[in-house]
Amino acid sequence: MAGAEGDDSLYPIAVLIDELRNEDVQLRLNSIKKLSTIALALGVERTRTELLPFLTDTIYDEDEVLLALAEQLGSFTVLVGGPEYVHCLLPPLESLATVEETVVRDKAVESLRKISQEHSPVDLEVHFEPLVKRLACGDWFTSRTSACGLFSVCYPRVSSTVKAEIRQHFRTLCSDDTPMVRRAAASKLGEFAKVLELDYVKSDIIPLFTALASDEQDSVRLLAVEACVSIATLLPQEDLEALVMPTLRQAAEDKSWRVRYMVADKFSELQKAVGPEITKNDLVPAFQNLLKDCEAEVRAAAANKVKEFCENLPEDSRETIIMTHVLPCVKELVSDTNQHVKSALASVIMGLSTILGKDNTVEHLLPLFLAQLKDECPEVRLNIISNLDCVNEVIGIRQLSQSLLPAIVELAEDAKWRVRLAIIEYMPLLAGQLGVEFFDEKLNSLCMAWLVDHVYAIREAATCNLMKLVEKFGAEWAQNTIVPKVLSMSNDPNYLHRMTTLFCINALSEVCGQEITTKHMLPVVLKMASDQVANVRFNVAKCLQKIGPVLDSSALQAEVKPVLEILATDQDMDVKYFAQEAISVLTLA
Amino acid sequence: MPWSYLPAVCIKMSAISATEKVDGFTRKSMRKAQKQRKSQGSSQFRTQSSLVELSPLPHLKDTPSTEQQVLFVQKLQQCCVLFDFLDSVTDLKSKEVKRATLNELVDYVSTNRGVLVDSAYPDIIHMISTNLFRTLPPSENPDFDPEEDEPSLEAAWPHIQLVYEFLLRFLENPDFQPSTAKRYIDQKFVLQLLDLFDSEDPRERDFLKTILHRIYGKFLGLRAFIRKQINNIFLRFIYETEHFNGVAELLEILGSIINGFALPLKAEHKQFLMKVLIPMHTTRGLALFHAQLAYCVVQFLEKDSTLTEPVVRGLLKFWPKTCSQKEVMFLGEIEEILDIIEPTQFKKIQEPLFKQISKCVASPHFQVAERSLYFWNNEYILSLIEENIDKILPLMFGSLYRISKEHWNQTIVALVYNVLKTLMEMNGKLFDELTASYKADRQREKKKEQEREDLWEKLEALKLQDVSNSRGLQIAQNNNNNNNSLTNAEEPNTSAAITDSVNSQTFNCAK
Repeated sequence: MAGAEGDDSLYPIAVLIDELRNEDVQLRLNSIKKLSTIALALGVERTRTELLPFLTDTIYDEDEVLLALAEQLGSFTVLVGGPEYVHCLLPPLESLATVEETVVRDKAVESLRKISQEHSPVDLEVHFEPLVKRLACGDWFTSRTSACGLFSVCYPRVSSTVKAEIRQHFRTLCSDDTPMVRRAAASKLGEFAKVLELDYVKSDIIPLFTALASDEQDSVRLLAVEACVSIATLLPQEDLEALVMPTLRQAAEDKSWRVRYMVADKFSELQKAVGPEITKNDLVPAFQNLLKDCEAEVRAAAANKVKEFCENLPEDSRETIIMTHVLPCVKELVSDTNQHVKSALASVIMGLSTILGKDNTVEHLLPLFLAQLKDECPEVRLNIISNLDCVNEVIGIRQLSQSLLPAIVELAEDAKWRVRLAIIEYMPLLAGQLGVEFFDEKLNSLCMAWLVDHVYAIREAATCNLMKLVEKFGAEWAQNTIVPKVLSMSNDPNYLHRMTTLFCINALSEVCGQEITTKHMLPVVLKMASDQVANVRFNVAKCLQKIGPVLDSSALQAEVKPVLEILATDQDMDVKYFAQEAISVLTLA
Repeated sequence: MPWSYLPAVCIKMSAISATEKVDGFTRKSMRKAQKQRKSQGSSQFRTQSSLVELSPLPHLKDTPSTEQQVLFVQKLQQCCVLFDFLDSVTDLKSKEVKRATLNELVDYVSTNRGVLVDSAYPDIIHMISTNLFRTLPPSENPDFDPEEDEPSLEAAWPHIQLVYEFLLRFLENPDFQPSTAKRYIDQKFVLQLLDLFDSEDPRERDFLKTILHRIYGKFLGLRAFIRKQINNIFLRFIYETEHFNGVAELLEILGSIINGFALPLKAEHKQFLMKVLIPMHTTRGLALFHAQLAYCVVQFLEKDSTLTEPVVRGLLKFWPKTCSQKEVMFLGEIEEILDIIEPTQFKKIQEPLFKQISKCVASPHFQVAERSLYFWNNEYILSLIEENIDKILPLMFGSLYRISKEHWNQTIVALVYNVLKTLMEMNGKLFDELTASYKADRQREKKKEQEREDLWEKLEALKLQDVSNSRGLQIAQNNNNNNNSLTNAEEPNTSAAITDSVNSQTFNCAK
């Protein structure tokens, strides 16, 4: 086809455009994803004069195609001839920024933000800013929503008259009558405040913030809470009380739980933004209320912040505040009716011990830890166990080990496999904290029992766990405690258990080293090559491929090669395949 | 996802003991069934404390009519006290007093004439607002699946139900004066009412549906506002949260609203159809409200048949790619549309539509194939096809011919035979031609496919070559943020390089 065209342009745009127009969406999508290739083939000039106009005109397609297009155009600057010409990317992106589908629009805005940086200040005023204005005044809510995300990127780089216009547009959108637009404006309020001069933050942003924070829709109010963090950071301390705090107090007691949830969720950021004095006077009581909120969602979000909140309290009064204000609420949460609240608390409560020191921990926190270790909900127990390291530093783990062991054993045998999986993942950590003796005595048998669990995911995790334990305790320990048990499973009547032996060897050979692998493991693997189950045999082949690099060449040639050659003539297709693969990877052919 | 590893243990031997097969998984529905259902309280920010115990007031009917009005207002005020229904032991007596009072109030406004004096309106609305307007609590089950899960029921229903009942009787009372009520039943009232449609409790949504319908009917000044707010709820549902429990109810109200639209349709209404109702087909929970949605769409088309083309093209644009269940729903809606389509409109959409139907017929999912083949049982559709057989047969033939030979499901094969037979009878000559050229057509398609692959291969090679020239796209792209001037300067050379490489390739190819 190429030869037939005498023309110097080998790929006429028509052919490429045909591809972009193909009836099959998948093909269209593929072409769009390779748009840069097309542009490259056309060269910068034809990309500007032919390809981009085509793209701008034909924006009516599946959202997935549009998404790919919006993304591509963000990195198209070079392909249209560099920053000098970057503005010709604006028309297609402008159309994409008005599409209904949120993902497409967001991607278009992202790309516009990206290329805005490539505009010279002059181009920004001549081409980019007018686009933002057009979007901000669009009829349909989608374009106004998109405009909200573009103000902050052009504001710092334009003249003061244009700045005033931008502020005016932002004000208008904050009181738009479509809630979607108000939400978009509220979510960009903090970002916009950051690029404004301090005087305008006070004169423009604060009234907008106050208005959005008392919007009739809770979905708008909760976004104002997020903006609160940025705004409070920008203002000098003396203005916070008058300009921000009334709104924040109101948000913490909002009638909608979603808004209170947001306050709880952003509590640490808010705390840092308003500083220690306001924290002491205002945020402490607010935090107490959130911990006692009537909705479990809010309590859980607040419980998640307990540690961070306490950590960030001013040092001079930290202990008093914790002991008199926070701890009483925490104690109540330990026996909360909702398991999410308890498990949120359990994931951070251990962190309090470093803040409160040894004596307080033993006296006040330890009873709570022990209560949570006995909680009916496995997730609570797991969260406590997963954070043992914090307590270990402060009071030593022995204080807990009496209650710890029954809790671990119970989780290890839980009926839900996901719970078993989770506790396995903490085993290496626990082993490190508890030491090798305690481990051998109490936990080793559990680790071995997981190898014959009836859920594959557990057996797999157990295998990986063994490897991590060997990394901790060393090869010698492995040879004495683990390897014999693993190898004995190769005679198990159940083929799944026999395969587990192979999976363990896969995982352990490298950490155990050449000697143990050659002397103890290899003979077992080779023997299993004559297993009657094909799954075992092809796993032998895979296993040999895996442990090959650990072995020396004489073992490879003398022992591995003959076995693989036999397997390569196996009657089962898969066994053959994997044997051949092993032979070629280990270059034994 | 741990279970993605499971296929790795593909079991080749059948002799595996039963215990090994136990995998600890239980069906979702079983797990759900074990879970005890709890009812939900309203999410009130509990500020009120130390409630006064309610004591019963005298009965209205035992009171002389001159004092009834005063007592009525007292009773309304008494009913403004709220109780915690999650706590089933406290305030039992007061709860009973309020229940009895509400019952009496319902009875009073529904059977008596002349009781709705102007001065009572503020108290009535106040009582209703205090009881009904509350922030709905978080869903107890964060991944609540309305199709499978039992909804959480409102704990305070014994009272709330009566308040809804009262509101309804109040609106339906023959003495009810919209001109007086509009001072209280205003935009804010309606907005709060609409928020409640998100309630998980179907009993509540049912009441809301009737009430909103009444309000729409009686308050002309609120109509545009109500439509706009529903619009906003839907847009948020489609593009932001994908979660709103009352979509079906709102659509049902809209169905009758659309029915009453005057002709010609306003631009606002057309926009609602194209930008809200059609995209709504993409949402996850479509099955829950598809019937109501399709009804609204068909209502629009019955009003104005010129909307047919954009609607059908819209549906084709959002045609489900992976969800067969949805595809069956789409086909159902298309059939409803075809049932009322005008022949001139049919001609405008037949080509894209039958391309899609041809794909559906060839779907490996037998329900999709079956649903689309059922179109041929519809007399009116059949007559439309016959009228346009020259256009439609070439679109359908390929799929039907192939499926008749290779579909796994025998029912489908049988249906396809019937359809082929029908089509053959409509235009035997064209049918024979298509049969004769079937093979050649397939080969032509294959060749085209090959050509496309060649084209892209060459383009890729071009790109690679360019990259190896170290002025590649990626490198240039990496530079373009930091090093604008440099990239800029190199640009002309880059394009020159492309042209060169293209030419050299042309040469090679020609050889």
